[in-house]
Amino acid sequence: MKTSDMTKMTYRDAIRLGITEEMRLDRDVIFLGEDIGVYGGAFGVSKGLLEEFGEERILDTPISEGAIVGTAVGAATTGLRPVCEIMFMDFITLGLDALVNQGAKMRYMFGGQCRVPMVLRLPAGSGTGAAAQHSQSLEAWLCHVPGLKVVTPSTPAQAKGLIKAAIRDNNPVCFIEHKMLYDTVGLVPLDDEYTLEIGKTIVERPGKDVTIVAYGTTLAKAIEAAEFLDEEGIRVEILNPLTLYPMDMKPIIESVIKTGCLIVAHEAVKTGGVGGEIVARVVESEAFDYLTAPIIRLGGLDVPIPFNQELEAAAVPQRNDFVHGVYRLLNRE
Amino acid sequence: MIELSEELLLRMYYKMNQARYFEEKLDDLVAKGQVHGTVHLAIGQEASGVMACLALEEGDLVSLSHRGHAQAIGFGLDVNLMMAECLGKYTGYCKGKGGSMHIADLENGNLGANGVVGGGFNLSCGAALTQKYHQTGKVVLCFAGDGATNEGSFHESLNLASVWKLPVVFFIENNQYGMSNPIENHMNIENISDRSEAYNMPGLTIDGNDFLDVYNTVTKALRYARAGKGPVLIEAKTYRYSGHSKSDKQVYRDKREVQEWRKKDPVLKMKEYLRENRIFTEKQILKMEEEASLSIEQAVEFAKKSPQPQLNTILEDVYA
Ligand SMILES: Cc1ncc(C[n+]2csc(CCOP(=O)(O)OP(=O)(O)O)c2C)c(N)n1
Ligand SMILES: [Mg+2]
Repeated sequence: MKTSDMTKMTYRDAIRLGITEEMRLDRDVIFLGEDIGVYGGAFGVSKGLLEEFGEERILDTPISEGAIVGTAVGAATTGLRPVCEIMFMDFITLGLDALVNQGAKMRYMFGGQCRVPMVLRLPAGSGTGAAAQHSQSLEAWLCHVPGLKVVTPSTPAQAKGLIKAAIRDNNPVCFIEHKMLYDTVGLVPLDDEYTLEIGKTIVERPGKDVTIVAYGTTLAKAIEAAEFLDEEGIRVEILNPLTLYPMDMKPIIESVIKTGCLIVAHEAVKTGGVGGEIVARVVESEAFDYLTAPIIRLGGLDVPIPFNQELEAAAVPQRNDFVHGVYRLLNRE
Repeated sequence: MIELSEELLLRMYYKMNQARYFEEKLDDLVAKGQVHGTVHLAIGQEASGVMACLALEEGDLVSLSHRGHAQAIGFGLDVNLMMAECLGKYTGYCKGKGGSMHIADLENGNLGANGVVGGGFNLSCGAALTQKYHQTGKVVLCFAGDGATNEGSFHESLNLASVWKLPVVFFIENNQYGMSNPIENHMNIENISDRSEAYNMPGLTIDGNDFLDVYNTVTKALRYARAGKGPVLIEAKTYRYSGHSKSDKQVYRDKREVQEWRKKDPVLKMKEYLRENRIFTEKQILKMEEEASLSIEQAVEFAKKSPQPQLNTILEDVYA
C-alpha cells in the first residue's frame, strides 16, 4: 500500500474510523453502550458518531451491561449487526450470561440455524491507576468459550482493520482494546475496504535467535527489548497473535522451529492465561524437537491490579523482563 | 421531630465541611497531577453522604458507592488514612492498593467503596443477612447512585431483601445523571423511590441537599429496618458540581443548571439554618469551618509524608 493512501492517526481514531465506515456501508450496524452519545464514550472512541448517525443508531444505554449484551445477542440473531461498548472490560462479568450461555452457543445448539453477528468492544488493561476493578485483562476467559472469537489489535492500522473485520464477521467477536494504546499513533489505510482477516498471527519483527509472542501493550515492551538486544547482536523475532481465539499457530510453530527459543507474554495474570495455551500447542507440535531451552512465560503476577503506581507497574511484565528472559534463554546471564 | 443536640449539630456541620474541604483539596491534587488515576467527587452532595451516615448507630454497617468520600467521612473514617489511600500510600486504609474508589474499613463496618456500579446492593443484602442471623440488631446502609438502579443487581437485591425482611436501607443519591446520561433518558419514572412499590417495601424521596430531611428520614428508616420490618428505599435528590471524573468535559449539561443547584448548596443551607436558629455564634461557626479545613491540610501533610508501600507487599493479602 502506498503511504499516500494512509494517514497518521491514533488507535482511538482508527477504531472510530473503522466503525464509522462500516456504519456508512451497512445500515444494519448499530452501536450501543454507556455514555457513547454526547459524551463520546469513556475513552473518546465514539466522539462525533451521534452527530453523524443519530440516536436511532447510536444508542446510549442505561447502566445495564446485562441489557447491553443481551439486547445485542437478540438483535444480532434477528438481522442487525450490533457493536457494543462495555465501558471497561471488567464489567463484561455483568453481561457474561448473555454472551457465554446465549450468544456463543445459539448457532451450534440450534443446529446451525442462526448467526450472531455482533462485536463487543472491551477496553482492558492496567496502567491508568484505576485499581483492581477497572484494570483487568480477562481475555483468557473468553478464549475458553467455543463460539466466540477474540481479537486484540496493537497498532492503529490493526485496530481499523480488525474492527471492520469484526463487524463484518457473522459471529460474536470480542474486540479487546488496551487502554494505554488509545493515544498511540500510526499510519492507517484510508481505504474503506481495508480489513484484517480474523484468525491470523503476524510477524511483527523478523529475527532468528529467540521467538517472542506478545500482544497489547506488552507487545510494545517486547519490541523495545528487541531493539535494545539488537545492539548486542541478538535478533529477536516477535509474533503478534492478533486473534487470540481461535489462534493461528502456524507462524508461531514455524518461528520456534527456526529459533528454538520461546517467550510468551501478556499482561493478564500468568496462571490460566493465553500464554499457557500457546506453549501447550507449541510443545504438542513438531516444534517441540527444536526447543533448545525451557520456554519462558511472562505474565501478570497472580494478584489483582493494585492502585499504587509502582505496584501497578510491578504487577505486569516490563521491557527488562524480556531482556532478562532472552539472556536466560541464550545462557548469557 | 428528632431532637438534635448542640453537640450533634456541631458534629454535623464539622463533617459537612470536612467532606467539602477533603474533596476540594483532592480535586486540587488531581489537577496538579499528584494523584494517580481518577477520583469521583461528591461536592454538592455532602448532606446526603454525610447525614445519612450520621444517622447510623454504633455498629451499623455501610456499603459505599464509587462517589464515596463524603459517605466515608460521615461514617467516621479518619481523613488522614483516607487521604493517604488516595495518594496510594502504605498508611492508607487499603495500604495503597485500593485508592480513592475503594476506601474500606471492614473492622468498623465500612464494607468498602465500590468501583462496580451496583456492586454494593447484593453485598449489602448479605451483610444484612449476617446481622439478622446473628441477631446483632444492626442495620446495613447501602449507598448507590441513580444510574446504578438500572443494574439488575438493584432489583434482585430489593426483591430479596423485601422477601427475607433484611435489615438494610438502600440510599440512592440521585444526582440527576449517570455519568453523562440524564435521568430522564435512562428511566421512565419521576422518582426512583417508586421502584420500591414493585417489591412491596417503603420508598421515600427526599431533598438530598437538606441535612435535616436526610438525617430524619434515614433515622426513621433505620428504626424500621432495625425493628425487623424489612428494607427501606430512600431516594435523595441532589447534584454533583464537579465532572463525573477528572476527564469529564461536561458537554452534556448547561452551566446554568450547575449554577441553579449551587443556590441550593447543602453546606450553605446548613449554615443558614444554624444562623437562623441562632444555635451557634458566627464565631463558633467560623471556628468549626477552620478546624475542618485544618484537619484536611493535616491529612494532606500526613499523606505526603507517609511511605510508599514496599514492593514486596504486592503479593500480600491475595488470600486470607
Ligand atoms: C458495572 C459498571 N458499569 C459501568 C461503570 C462505569 N461508571 C462508573 S460511575 C458510572 C455512573 C454511575 O452513575 P450513578 O449510579 O448515577 O452514580 P454517580 O456517578 O452519578 O454518583 C459509570 C457508568 C462501572 N464503574 N461499573
Ligand atoms: Mg448519578
